[in-house]
Amino acid sequence: MKYLHQLKGEGARAVPLAGHVGFDSMPDQLVNKSVNHGFCFNILCVGETGLGKSTLMDTLFNTKFEGEPTQHNQPGVQLKSNTYELQESNVRLKLTVVNTVGFGDQINKEDSYKSIVEFIDTQFEAYLQEELKIKRTLHSYHDTRIHACLYFIAPTGHSLKSLDLVTMKKLDSKVNIIPIIAKSDAISKSELTKFKIKITSELVSNGVQIYQFPTDDETVAEINSTMNGHLPFAVVGSTEEVKIGNKMVKARQYPWGTVQVENENHCDFVKLREMLIRVNMEDLREQTHTRHYELYRRCKLEEMGFKDTDPDCKPFSLQETYEAKRNEFMGDLQKKEEEMRQMFVQRVKEKEAELKEAEKELHEKFDRLKKLHQDEKKKLEDKKKSLDDELNGFKQKKTAAELLQSQAQQAGGSTTLKRDKERKN
Amino acid sequence: IKNLEGYVGFANLPNQVYRKSVKRGFEFTLMVVGESGLGKSTLINSLFLTDLYSKDYPGPSLRIKKTVQVEQSKVLVKEGGVQLTLTIVDTPGFGDAVDNSNCWQPVINYIDSKCEDFLNAESRVNRRLMPDNRVHCCLYFIAPSGHGLKPLDIEFMKRLHDKVNVIPLIAKADTLTPEECQLFKKQIMKEIQEHKIQIYEFPDIEDDEDSKLIRKIKERMPLAVVGSNVVIEVNGKKVRGRQYPWGVAEVENGEHCDFTVLRNMLIRTHMQDLKDVTNNVHYENYRSRKLAAVTCNGGVDTSKTKNQMTRSPLAQMEEERREHVMKMKKMETEMEQVFEMKVKEKKQKLKDSEAELERRHEQMKKNLEAQYKELEEKKRHHEEEKSNWEAQQRILEQQKLDASKTMEKNKKKGKIF
Repeated sequence: MKYLHQLKGEGARAVPLAGHVGFDSMPDQLVNKSVNHGFCFNILCVGETGLGKSTLMDTLFNTKFEGEPTQHNQPGVQLKSNTYELQESNVRLKLTVVNTVGFGDQINKEDSYKSIVEFIDTQFEAYLQEELKIKRTLHSYHDTRIHACLYFIAPTGHSLKSLDLVTMKKLDSKVNIIPIIAKSDAISKSELTKFKIKITSELVSNGVQIYQFPTDDETVAEINSTMNGHLPFAVVGSTEEVKIGNKMVKARQYPWGTVQVENENHCDFVKLREMLIRVNMEDLREQTHTRHYELYRRCKLEEMGFKDTDPDCKPFSLQETYEAKRNEFMGDLQKKEEEMRQMFVQRVKEKEAELKEAEKELHEKFDRLKKLHQDEKKKLEDKKKSLDDELNGFKQKKTAAELLQSQAQQAGGSTTLKRDKERKN
Repeated sequence: IKNLEGYVGFANLPNQVYRKSVKRGFEFTLMVVGESGLGKSTLINSLFLTDLYSKDYPGPSLRIKKTVQVEQSKVLVKEGGVQLTLTIVDTPGFGDAVDNSNCWQPVINYIDSKCEDFLNAESRVNRRLMPDNRVHCCLYFIAPSGHGLKPLDIEFMKRLHDKVNVIPLIAKADTLTPEECQLFKKQIMKEIQEHKIQIYEFPDIEDDEDSKLIRKIKERMPLAVVGSNVVIEVNGKKVRGRQYPWGVAEVENGEHCDFTVLRNMLIRTHMQDLKDVTNNVHYENYRSRKLAAVTCNGGVDTSKTKNQMTRSPLAQMEEERREHVMKMKKMETEMEQVFEMKVKEKKQKLKDSEAELERRHEQMKKNLEAQYKELEEKKRHHEEEKSNWEAQQRILEQQKLDASKTMEKNKKKGKIF
């Protein structure tokens, strides 16, 4: 039982159709499925406190998002994210807005970019983990990866701050960066042109890769390439409405005039909305998935020691790699276990030797004492013996003397007796 | 859900998706399975209004097969600006042998190998755009016996229903009258249910109108089809059909057969869903089975295996590593404890033995001292006695001397008579 792959021709051959088959409805089928499933989009706003990030989001999405304006006294950079379910006609969008809180407020800003990079990586990691699970549910997974990063540049009119360059350089390989000049109603038109040129040249000279609106699709190539020339967009945000003529428009009212948010002569807000939402939202999502996420994934897997086998010969076999990795890993663990056991065996040996040594010393000590004791005992014995000898000698002497005395006494006793008798008489 | 006032623009997202999908193009793999002569190739040609198999590219039916083969043909078709890469997988020889045991195996192998290719491509470190060659739909041709399913039909569908979307079709339906067809369909559906075969289910659409349509179509399952490569003129219209002396069986006539239903379902409305079910259900099943075999290594403990399934293999290794570290730590502390205890024991023993020896030595010393004392006492006593006696002796001597002196004196005095 074999199976053959018989490709007719080198790949697919084109065949003519004799009538309407109906697969031209495929894009519609796909669209219907997407609409039913709902869309999701995640925006990250990076910029110093007070540059109008929250206001711009409110203005872009025509809705008041939650949150109090932040103070400037944050100890570090934190990321706060909020998710909203929006609907426009029949399209549902799960929008997540992530704000950097406290960015640029510290005296030492060296680590400011770190928490942002960490946040972006965490979302990639979560997706990667889901993708690698054995039982996974990718099609219902809530994608939290950041699709677009709006970088808010302060409207100084001069150039980019070093913090901006450093941060954008760290982020450009991880996320689609769209730089915007915030609160641009503080800059005059001529200053703005110069400012934009300066910013663009600084970005180029520092090798910062910002997001380019795609020009490969003829339908949108023209408008996208025109817009690419207007970057960075100079925006103004406002949720307050002012009556201009007979319409209520979003605007900021000054004594010297009214800045209309949606007036393309006043600022690039409309351009931003067009590019970010109406034309390229899907491309931003796609780039995030096929470029930024793939880069993260590749780096992560290489870090863990995975690699593809030679692309020329056998195709990469998942099982083999996992198997090899696992065996290596298990072998490693076993080795560690063995090492620890050996260490203990060694310690036990050493300790045993130590204690044996101590025991030996103890016995030696007591042997010495015993010997001393023996010597003492001997001395005592000798003394005893000499005393006994003396005693015996004395006894003999005594006995001998007593014998003599008793003899003498017997003789002398009779004399004394006689004398005493005479005395009596 | 917030409904927006004023224009934002993401309502244009569907158009963006549309645009991108057209640019990318589409791909679809359709497999046809059934005995020879059931009109499989003809049906494909009718479905796609093309001569997939022609003189230059002859279909498998024109070649004699001894064993079951699985062959694929790839064609590129374009319509309304939409490009479709269509792969037709044919299984010549299926069910044609005398002994058809395991004739489904090459089919299963083919489907699995496509899933394997996709899995490998998906698991690479360096991933490129992956072509999707997985089988999205399997049309299974049932011979129009009018009675019921054959054992081979049941066996095949049972083995493949959890690997691919199976759509059973009654082939050459123009040999059955409408009543025969109805009964046949009822019987087939009954047997399918009895054997718990899960054929592809057209999902309900939320739209009320369409859902009524869907239900009507579901009642016509399995679809009875007729195919034709020939165009005939009927009442001034050019139609595909089969010319009989008694009339023309029109392929696209809903009263003659369910061909249009099939075409509409398969191509016009549910092609994307067939791909989605293949990707989200059949492929995922394949993948989780494959990965479980690798990483769980036939785990006996089911609760542990369950946990492993919800974790990625990398996380699984991490978890195992962590567990092992804890185990090592525990082992270390245990060993340490045992070690300490043993050392303590030995030290205690040593101490005890030292104490014992010490005690004994003390005792011996005391003993010796006592003996010394005794000796001293004895000596002293003896000395005392000796000196007393010597003193006594001296007195006696003196007395003796005195006595002898007095005697001498008395002698001299003549007191002696």
